[in-house]
Amino acid sequence: MKFFSRTFPLIATLATATLCSGPTRAADKVVAGFIYVGPKDDYGYNQAHSEGCRGVQKLSWVKGVEEASVPETTAVQETMRNMINLDGASVLFPTSFGYFDPHILKVAKQYPKVQFVHCGGLYTEGKHPANVGSYFGYIDEAVYVAGIVAGHATKSGKLGFIAAKPIPQVLRNINAFALGAQSVNPKATVQVIFTGEWSMPVKEAEAATSLINQGVDALTCHVDSPKVILETAERRGIFVTGYHANGAKLAPKGYLTGAEWNWSKVYTDYAEAVKAGKSLAAGTIPHLVRGGIKEGFVKVSDYGPAVTDAAKADAEAAKAKFLAGTMVIFKGPLKDNTGKEILPEGKDLAQQALELESMGWLVAGVIGSTKN
Amino acid sequence: MSAVATAHDPAATRGAPRTAVRWRPALEAVVLPVGAVLVALILFGAFCLTQGRNPLAVFAAIYQAAFGSGYSFQNTLVRAAPLMLTALCTALPARLGLVIIGNEGALVAGGVAATAAGLLVSTTSPLVVISCMLLAGMIGGGLWITLVGFLFYFRSVNETISSLLLNYIAIAVLNHLVNGPMRDPSSLNKPSSFPIPEDKMLPLLGSTNVHFGLIFGIIVCLLAWGLMEHTTFGFKVRMIGGNIRAARLAGLPVTRLGLITCFLAGAAAGIAGMVEVAAVQGRANESLAAGYGYAGILVAFVARHRGLPIILVATLLGGILASGGILQRQFQLPDATILVFQGLVFLVILLSESLYGKFKFFKETGA
Repeated sequence: MKFFSRTFPLIATLATATLCSGPTRAADKVVAGFIYVGPKDDYGYNQAHSEGCRGVQKLSWVKGVEEASVPETTAVQETMRNMINLDGASVLFPTSFGYFDPHILKVAKQYPKVQFVHCGGLYTEGKHPANVGSYFGYIDEAVYVAGIVAGHATKSGKLGFIAAKPIPQVLRNINAFALGAQSVNPKATVQVIFTGEWSMPVKEAEAATSLINQGVDALTCHVDSPKVILETAERRGIFVTGYHANGAKLAPKGYLTGAEWNWSKVYTDYAEAVKAGKSLAAGTIPHLVRGGIKEGFVKVSDYGPAVTDAAKADAEAAKAKFLAGTMVIFKGPLKDNTGKEILPEGKDLAQQALELESMGWLVAGVIGSTKN
Repeated sequence: MSAVATAHDPAATRGAPRTAVRWRPALEAVVLPVGAVLVALILFGAFCLTQGRNPLAVFAAIYQAAFGSGYSFQNTLVRAAPLMLTALCTALPARLGLVIIGNEGALVAGGVAATAAGLLVSTTSPLVVISCMLLAGMIGGGLWITLVGFLFYFRSVNETISSLLLNYIAIAVLNHLVNGPMRDPSSLNKPSSFPIPEDKMLPLLGSTNVHFGLIFGIIVCLLAWGLMEHTTFGFKVRMIGGNIRAARLAGLPVTRLGLITCFLAGAAAGIAGMVEVAAVQGRANESLAAGYGYAGILVAFVARHRGLPIILVATLLGGILASGGILQRQFQLPDATILVFQGLVFLVILLSESLYGKFKFFKETGA
C-alpha cells in the first residue's frame, strides 16, 4: 500500500526522536505537581485549583506541572509517579477528594521524600504516612456572605440550591447559605435539589429550570462546575451566586457574588515552606491546615451590578466580623427542618467544632431532605 | 451486527483450496490495521500542527510514555488490564449477534458483589477472601448481563438499549448501597463501603506497579478465545450469530446458549469490577464507575470480538491512555487531546474494516 512508502521515513525520524528525548529536570526550581479530576476551565472546583497553580507560578523559583481530567483510579497513581520520576516534583497537590484513599496513601509510602498535600482535610495522625498533609477552607463563611446578598436580592423569598450529594461538606454550605439569607430576610426559604453526581450538567440544568419554574428567583449551587447553572439563571433572568470560582463572565447581569477559593495563597505558603527545606515528615510543615476568610483561604467575588447598597453594607459587615474572628455561623437556638433542636439557646459551634464535620441535618427554612 | 461479528472469519468465509498460498490474507489482516494506525497518526499530526506543536516530538513523547521503558510499559499494562476484561462483555455476545454495551453496569455489579462477599469472609485467609470475591464478582456481573439476555430472548427487548439502561441502574444501586446498607460511617464526605483488609487484597506482581488483575485479564481472554474459536460451544454460538433461524432449525438450544454466553460476558466484566475493588480501591464507592466499561466496548469492536486481539488492542489503548499525561505536562496541550488521538485511531481502524477484500493483492490466487 501507498502508506508504507510514505510513512516509512516518518517511522525512522520517530525512532531517532525517541532516542534523543529524555526527562528534563529543573535543578534549582521547586517543582510542584497539580492534579485535577476535571478540566482546568470548568468555572468550578478544578479551575479554582488551576488558578492556584498559576498564582504560585508567579514566584520565579516555582515550576508548576499540571494534569487535568485524571480519574480516581490507578491513573492518578501513575500521574503522581510520573510527576515525581519524570518532572522531578518535590511537592504534589492531587486535588480531588477521592484521590486520597487509597491512591495518595499508596504512592506516598513509596516516595517518603516527596510532600503529598491533599485538599479535603482527611489526614489522621498515626494512621497516614508522615509525608502526607491536608488542607481545606471554611468556604461556608463566603457562602454565608453570598446568602446575605441573595436574601436581599430575592423578591419571592424563595432561594434555590442545587447540590451534588447530601454529605457533610455540602450540607454545611446549604445551611450557611440559608442562615445568611435568613439573617437579613427571616422569611426566606432555600429549596434544595440533590443531583447525586459531582458533575452532571444535564441534571443541573433540569434542576435549575424546575426551581425557577417554582418561583425561585435567586440560585446557588455546590457541584463541581456551576457553569450550566449560572448560564440557565442568566437566561431566565434571575439572580445567582457562584461557587468555587468567579462566574461573573457567565452571568453578567444576574451574578450577585460568589464563594471562591483562594488557593494561590495556600499553595504559595506550601511552596515557600518546601523551598526553606521544611517537610511534613519532620513536622516543620503542619499536617493539617485550615482557614476561612480571615486566613485568606476563601474569598467573596466582587459584587455584581444588581447588588443594592443595603445588601453590600450587610455583606461587608458580616465579612468584617469574619475578619475579626468574632462571627459564628452556627449558633443556638437552632432547629433543623424537621423541628428537632440542633443547638439550644446560648450554645455556639465554632468553625473548628467536630460536630460540623459530620453534619447530617438541614436548618429550618431549608426545603429538602438529607435522605435523598 | 452479525456482519461485523462474522465477516472476516477465514475458516468460514474463505473457500480457498487446500494447496493455496495462505500468506496473502494473513498479510492483509496485519497491513490494514497497521496502515490504519499510520493514517490516524498523520491525521493526529495535522491536529498537533494546528495547535502549534511538532507532531514528531509529540509522537515520540507518546511512544516514550506508553512503551518507551519498562516503567512506562507497566503503566500501559495497568491501564490495559481492566479493558481486556470489560471488552469481553461486548465481544462474547457479539458472536451471538447481540450488541451489548452494559459493560460498565456489569463491572459495577461485579465490584459490589465482590465487596459484599469479601467483607462477609474478611476474617478468613487471603486466598479464601480473594476466591470468594472472584466468584461473587463473576456471579454478580454474570447475572447482570444474563438479565439482558433474558429480556431479549423472553421479552424481545432490544439488548443494546436494555444493557445501556442497566448501566445507570447498576450505578444507582451502588450509590444506594454505599449510602445505606454497606456504608462505612467513617466515610463522611465520600460514602463508601467498609474496606477489605489491606493484607487480603490482590498483590502487585513482584516489584512492579502492575497488579494481579493483568494476569486475570490475559487468562480470561485466552480462555474466551479458546472457547469461542476451538470448541463446539463456540461453534454453536457462532452459528447462532450467523443465522439464528438456521441454528434453531439445526436443533440448537438457542436460548440456553445465549443466556450462558451472556452470563460469561457479564462474568468477565464482573471480574474487572472485582479486581478494581480487590487490587486498587479496597472498597466499593463511586470511583468504581470509572469508564472502563465504555472503553471496553471500543476495544471489543476494534479487536473484531476475538479474545487474542483483545489483549493487543487493550494494550494499545492502555498505552494511548497512559500517554495522556505527557501531552499535558510536556506540551501544554489540553486534557482532551488524548481523546482526539484515541478517537482518530479507533475511527480509522473501524473504517479500515470496510477495505477487507477490496485489494486484489491480498486475494488468494489458488495453486
